[in-house]
Order: sequence, then structure tokens, then C-alpha cells
Amino acid sequence: MRLAIPLMITFVAGMIMILQFFVPATQPMGDSLQEWYMIVASAAIFLGAVNLIQVHTHKIRFKLKNWKYSPVTLIGFAVMIITGLVFGIEADLPFDYLFQQMVAPMAATMFSLLAFFVASAAFRAFRASNWRATLLLISAFVVMLGRVPIGSMIWNKIPLISEWIMQYPNMAGQRAVMIGAAMGMVATSLRMIFGVERSYLGGAD
Amino acid sequence: MSTFIEKLGNLDRRVIFVLMALAVIIPLALRMNLPIPIDQGPSMDLYNMIDALPEGSRVLLSFDYDPSTMPELQPMAIALVQQLMTKDIKIVSMALWPMGVSLGNEALIAVSDSLGREEYVDWVNLGYKTGGGVLIVRLGSDIKSVFPVDYDGNSIDDMPVMQGVNKLGDLDMIISLSAGEPGIETWVMMAGDRYNLPVGGGCTAVSAPQLYPFLATGQLIGLLGGLKGAGDYETMVRVGVENPPPGIAIAGMAAQSVAHLVIMLFIIIGNIAYLSEKKRKGGAK
Repeated sequence: MRLAIPLMITFVAGMIMILQFFVPATQPMGDSLQEWYMIVASAAIFLGAVNLIQVHTHKIRFKLKNWKYSPVTLIGFAVMIITGLVFGIEADLPFDYLFQQMVAPMAATMFSLLAFFVASAAFRAFRASNWRATLLLISAFVVMLGRVPIGSMIWNKIPLISEWIMQYPNMAGQRAVMIGAAMGMVATSLRMIFGVERSYLGGAD
Repeated sequence: MSTFIEKLGNLDRRVIFVLMALAVIIPLALRMNLPIPIDQGPSMDLYNMIDALPEGSRVLLSFDYDPSTMPELQPMAIALVQQLMTKDIKIVSMALWPMGVSLGNEALIAVSDSLGREEYVDWVNLGYKTGGGVLIVRLGSDIKSVFPVDYDGNSIDDMPVMQGVNKLGDLDMIISLSAGEPGIETWVMMAGDRYNLPVGGGCTAVSAPQLYPFLATGQLIGLLGGLKGAGDYETMVRVGVENPPPGIAIAGMAAQSVAHLVIMLFIIIGNIAYLSEKKRKGGAK
């Protein structure tokens, strides 16, 4: 039963979502399932918050690796929740102030650090070791120059060549990846609907 | 000579970090401005599409990003809102990412105040709801069932900007500023193709190559890719404007130019060292 019920739910829900495109009578059921999905997804945010608290209190309690960062996470979490609940989340209120003045700059800083790692990694790993790597290297140089004003100052055709690389070789590769991924997604979905693929049940056989 | 090249090849990464930091800080500190040439391309296609919309049209602007990608996407948001509000196009905004709401609100309030536009009459921020693609499909049949109230908790029934807007099909265009999924791709698949709506967007430089297939098929009518896209758009929006405010992306383009040159220089140095070592090892054999 533990296996049959989830498989049955998956089959019925999956079939309704497919049929609603072809059988108008199943459309209202499809709409209901979509609303359920949004309610379940909203509840998952709450579960995520509970999980965050559990994980970090566990780390602090048993002094696990890097536990000293956990109080910072929990305090930040509590401060944002309390200011949001007490003052509201509209513009110019404490919650918004904390978001604009702390969360936003810190998150942007973390992402900006990538520039340093990219520079260091490119220096160590981007080698013209064979003709394919050399081709990649030249393409990268052209696109990098084409994406900044200095490229057109060096030679006004560089942005055009860069755009050509993006529109033809890049697009051909991207399309191949997208079509492959889409076919894989269809196959996996069908396997799940028909109960062949069961790993999402948490390893139950 | 070979020792010097070997040393160069083993450059401490802290030296790279310092040079990289200087490459970004110096152009910004000196307020270097490089001319940004605007060629026919995805940025101009988006500009022209919005420019062709008649006054009073309604556009859905979705802020699908978070602060980590703000340096690239926030200048786009400001420039797009500027163009839309200047043309008196009504903005219905929302977010598929929770933190996009506040960032979008910041851009909307700043531009609205500078141009004397009114919230609920000229624009509204509906806020964030979870669901991604499913949410978009629900918006396609009934916006008010998904967003009965806006971000500030006011009923959207009473808002002039929402009069006659019941579903996605009642809008004239969708623009998504996206840092990943759910984002532009989701809007193209769930709204553009399904309800035959023009979709445009802006994204980070790293995700732009993935979206080019949608540009080629016309599923995406225009795209702003990274800081370059933002710089292009700021430049286009400023044409004909007297004393335009300083462009954030335009200022960033000089820093990005120097940073790219520095990265290229490191790659060249790394390769010289690599080839020299390869030659030396070959000679030793």
C-alpha cells in the first residue's frame, strides 16, 4: 500500500495534466491541480524555514564543523522575520531598509567575488593545449572583447563577429542541449507517470 | 629568461586578485566613460518593440532575480521602467523570485517619483507568489485569483491600472528580468507560446547564450544580456533626454572593459608559460 498509493496519485495527476491539453472536460481538474500545486509549494517554504532552524540548532548543540556561523544565520533569520511581522514589508520600513542596506549589498558582493575566481581559474586552466582548446580560446577572446566598448575601439568589426559567434555556433550547441534535455524530461516524466521510475519515492522498490 | 617565464606562470593568486580589484576600482574611481556603440541587435529589438507600443498599453514586468545579480539586472530594470513610464505605458509588475519584489519596487518608486507617475494609476507591484510555470499558467486564466491584493495588501479590483486586466491575454507585452529559472524561459514557454504574447527580457551575461535559440525563433523579441545589455539600453533611453541622470551600467562598462583586458592578459601570460614549459620539456627529452 505504501508504494501503491503514491504511484496511483502520480499516475492520476500526471494523466490529468496531459489530458487537459486534449480533452476540454478535464480542464477544470487540471486547474484544480495547479492551484493545489501552488498551495503545496507555499507550504514548502514554511517547511524550509523549519528545516533551516533545525539544521543550525543541531550544529550549534553538537558544535559541528563551522558551527560558529550558525548563530549568525539564526539571528539574521529571526531579525528579518520579526521586523517583517512587526513593521510590515512595505518600502521605507525597517524590513525593507535591512533588505536594501544589508541583504542586497552582501549578496551582490558574494556574486562579485566570482570575477576574482574567474580571473585566477582562467590564468591557470585556460590553455591552448590542442586545436580545439585554441579555437575555444580565440572565440572566448572575441566574445569578451565584443561585449565591452573597448572591443569596438580596437576594431569595429569585433562586436559583429562576437554576435555572429553567439547567433550561430553558440545557438546550434544550445539548441542541441535544449532538445536533448527536453526529450530526456519527457521520457523521465512518462517513466514516473507509469511507475517505472520510482527514485522520487525515496528509494522505495 | 625561462626562469622569469616560469615565475610568471606560477604567479601567486593574490597578485591576480589585487590586479583584478585595481582593474575594477580605478575606472570607477576615475569615472571613466567609454562610448557605447549601439548596433542592430537583441537590445535594440527590445527597445524598438516597446517604442512601437501605443500610449496606454499595459506591460507585465516580472522581476525574476535576487540581489546577487543586481549589479547587472537592476540598471536594466531602471532603464526599462524609465522608457515605459516616459511613453505612458502602464506597468503591472510582479516577481517569480521572492527577493525580486523589493528590488523591482525600488526601481519603480525611484523612476515613478522622478517622472511624477502615480502608483495604482500608472503602475502596480503585485508582489511574489511561488509556483513558477504553474503560476504563469494560472495568471493566463485569472490574474485576480492569484493576486487578489498587491504587494502592499490593497485590493487590485479598485486600481485604475488593473481595469480591464483579468488575464495575461489582456496585456500587450511581457518583460522578464531574469537571473535563472523560473525566468525568461518559463515566460516564453508558459505565456508567450500559449497566449501568443510578445516576450522580451534581460538576463545575466552568463545566461544570455542559453536564450539565443528563443531569439532566433522569434519567441523572444529582444534580449538585454548582462551589463552590456544594460549599458546599451541606458544609452538608448537617454537619447534626446536633456541632462539625463548618470547611467549605472554605462559607468560599469569602462570597469568591465579593463577587467576583461586584464583577464585576457592573464590568459596570455598563462599560455606563454605553458608553451615555454612544454618546449623546455620537449627539449629535455
